[in-house]
Amino acid sequence: MTTIDHGPIGLPAANVSYRTCPFTGRRIERNAELLIRANAVAAVVFLAVGGLFGLLVALTRWPAVQLLPAEWFYLVLTGHGANVLLFWIIFFEIAVLYFAATFLLNCRLATPRFAWLAFALMVVGGVLANYVVLQGDSTVMFTSYPPMMADPLFYLSLILFAVGALIGVMVFFGTLVVARAEGTYEGSVPLVTFGAVTAAIIAVFTLASGAIILIPTWLWSMGLIAGIDSLMYKLVWWGMGHSSQQINVAAHIAIWYAIAAMVVGAKPLSEKVSRFAFLMYVLFLQLASAHHLLAEPGMSSTWKIVNTSYMMYLAVMGSMLHGLTVPGAIEAAQRRNGFDRGYFDWLTKAPWGNPAFAGMFMSLVMFGFIGGISGVILGTEQLNVLMHNTIYVPGHFHGTVVAGTTLAFMAMTYLVIPIIFQRDIIWPRLARWQPYLFGLGVAGISLFMMGAGTLGVPRRHWDISLIDSIIPYEFASGAYLMMGLNGLSAIVAAAGGLLYVVLVVASVVAGPRLDRPGATLTFPLHKGGAEAVSHYGSAGTLKIPGTIILVAIFFGAFILYYFINWKYLSALWLFN
Amino acid sequence: MAIDPPSNRLWWKEPIHRIELGWIIIAFLWGLFMFFFMIAWHFIGNQNLSTESYRVLPEQYQERVELFAEEHQLLDASGEPVDVDGVPVVSPPPGEDAYLLGRLWEWWPVLELKKGEAYRLHLSSADWQHGFSLQPVNINISVHPGYEQIITLTPTETGEFGIVCNEFCGIGHHTMTGLIRVVE
Repeated sequence: MTTIDHGPIGLPAANVSYRTCPFTGRRIERNAELLIRANAVAAVVFLAVGGLFGLLVALTRWPAVQLLPAEWFYLVLTGHGANVLLFWIIFFEIAVLYFAATFLLNCRLATPRFAWLAFALMVVGGVLANYVVLQGDSTVMFTSYPPMMADPLFYLSLILFAVGALIGVMVFFGTLVVARAEGTYEGSVPLVTFGAVTAAIIAVFTLASGAIILIPTWLWSMGLIAGIDSLMYKLVWWGMGHSSQQINVAAHIAIWYAIAAMVVGAKPLSEKVSRFAFLMYVLFLQLASAHHLLAEPGMSSTWKIVNTSYMMYLAVMGSMLHGLTVPGAIEAAQRRNGFDRGYFDWLTKAPWGNPAFAGMFMSLVMFGFIGGISGVILGTEQLNVLMHNTIYVPGHFHGTVVAGTTLAFMAMTYLVIPIIFQRDIIWPRLARWQPYLFGLGVAGISLFMMGAGTLGVPRRHWDISLIDSIIPYEFASGAYLMMGLNGLSAIVAAAGGLLYVVLVVASVVAGPRLDRPGATLTFPLHKGGAEAVSHYGSAGTLKIPGTIILVAIFFGAFILYYFINWKYLSALWLFN
Repeated sequence: MAIDPPSNRLWWKEPIHRIELGWIIIAFLWGLFMFFFMIAWHFIGNQNLSTESYRVLPEQYQERVELFAEEHQLLDASGEPVDVDGVPVVSPPPGEDAYLLGRLWEWWPVLELKKGEAYRLHLSSADWQHGFSLQPVNINISVHPGYEQIITLTPTETGEFGIVCNEFCGIGHHTMTGLIRVVE
């Protein structure tokens, strides 16, 4: 083992104070706790705002309702993207990073002042972005493609937010160094922390891409630069736009492992395979920004094929591995817990009444089946032309970012509130239903938007009846049906989202206090997992027949859907 | 557990179970298949988006489209120019260049093409980014100002096909449409 010189790091600052978590036996440092709380609360606030905007968007796109006038629709859609895709998710991710580096490593948070600076910059950026968008001069969509120009403050707000997030990521890295130097853990970092490290590495690349493109665009909006090349913008912007979704993937998969460990005592089947799968993300996920340039002029086919395949689908392989190892780890753990009968006893007897587990498992299934498969299809060089910029695209990424990431983050919240806020979940019956309600709504949103997209419905479009056009065009009636069902699903999802926000706020403010002796959790953590783990050599006694069946179903669906799309493509007009 | 350091400090020396190993191999081979299938489609398929593109000044492109429309304006039996709601219908000779201009907020002009004939379709924008979305065929291509993309397009069915815009282009985005007619 390497030895680390403890000298230069020095002793922890005098104001470091720890408490011991009564449920996990881990140390939690005061600054870390406060910063996790602050970031998580900010995340939920932006989720509430962005979620409301999302509901308004969906109700406007429901042709029979068409709630908002056109100006407001495009304005609210811009705000929806920024609030949920950037602010909600990145605030929560910073909380997850701090959690993974301090709580899981029994460590204090490095440089809490910088962490507060990061938080302040992110809050200022987030609030400013909302202010500017609501002013009405920055209705440029979340992507803000030039030559369409927003108010300079719009770009500035995103830059401030990105700089803040970057500082937060650096605090995370600093905390890892401190943990190593102070010897707060033995051996290698836990798998969840490893996943968080991959998310943080991707975040650096992502935020740097954002700075590289948004700073010149900001200067351009102030008249200091003559023009921004629209293709160059798109390439670099998506280095932020798509890569930030890869931070999510790494972060929410780390959360899957964390929840599986904390609720059912799951241990990775093989540390090597799971870590290797995370490593594939670091190496190859960034290429995904090319997915957004498959229907653009100027890129060669070779460039498209190499990049969109994530260099021969090695990052997709990473996700497919997690698709086996996460449910496999749960199955192995459940069989250890005594649910060893038949193929699926482990699954049917899983703690489905625990919202953390239920949300996590639905996130896993929907991310794979809905978001994952559709993402590979969209990212195939030739198939992209079938759905490029149709509402299929939002259908896909609501499958990844909402059904995958958001649902996983919501599930994690049910563990963060007791452990970090020291409050129990209020109204457990409602909490039990929350992930199902939200999951059902989101599955509907994703699938119906994808369905409408295959019928050609464009994304970011106020009126598919095209009544005000010079030359009319009538979409198929199925498209109207799909958009109506999407609106209904959005109402269900919004109800689930509202319930989440209410539960979080009420639990944090008025949930039963857990900092008293003898307090117990409504949704208990797994007990005795640690002892079981030490006896359990997963490679020798592995038995996961149920998972094998689930994975086989997934793979069958993947292959089938892949070829259906090629069949559909082959029926198009000929072009080359 | 996944939230603890690996119980075996030398975790990288643990053997990989054959179930995991098998799935790694399957996932890798499937990835390779998908990778090579994209390449193969360039040889076996007829739907591969062209990468022929040129830089062009938006004003120049607009002039060329107008010239093209004048030259190949469709005339009816009495020699009068044909239009659809004021937009000229242009019928380029089969096998030759056809131009389409995206601008706020229309696809201009209306094209009349012959089924089974290949056309070199030029696409560009006069102002902002637009999304060429041919319906109900569902061919979707991004259109940038300053870049001219040329695809060789062969219609395989007759009828009237709408073009909508699927890239947000301002407040009139949802009114931006166009038309391609395909005749025998």
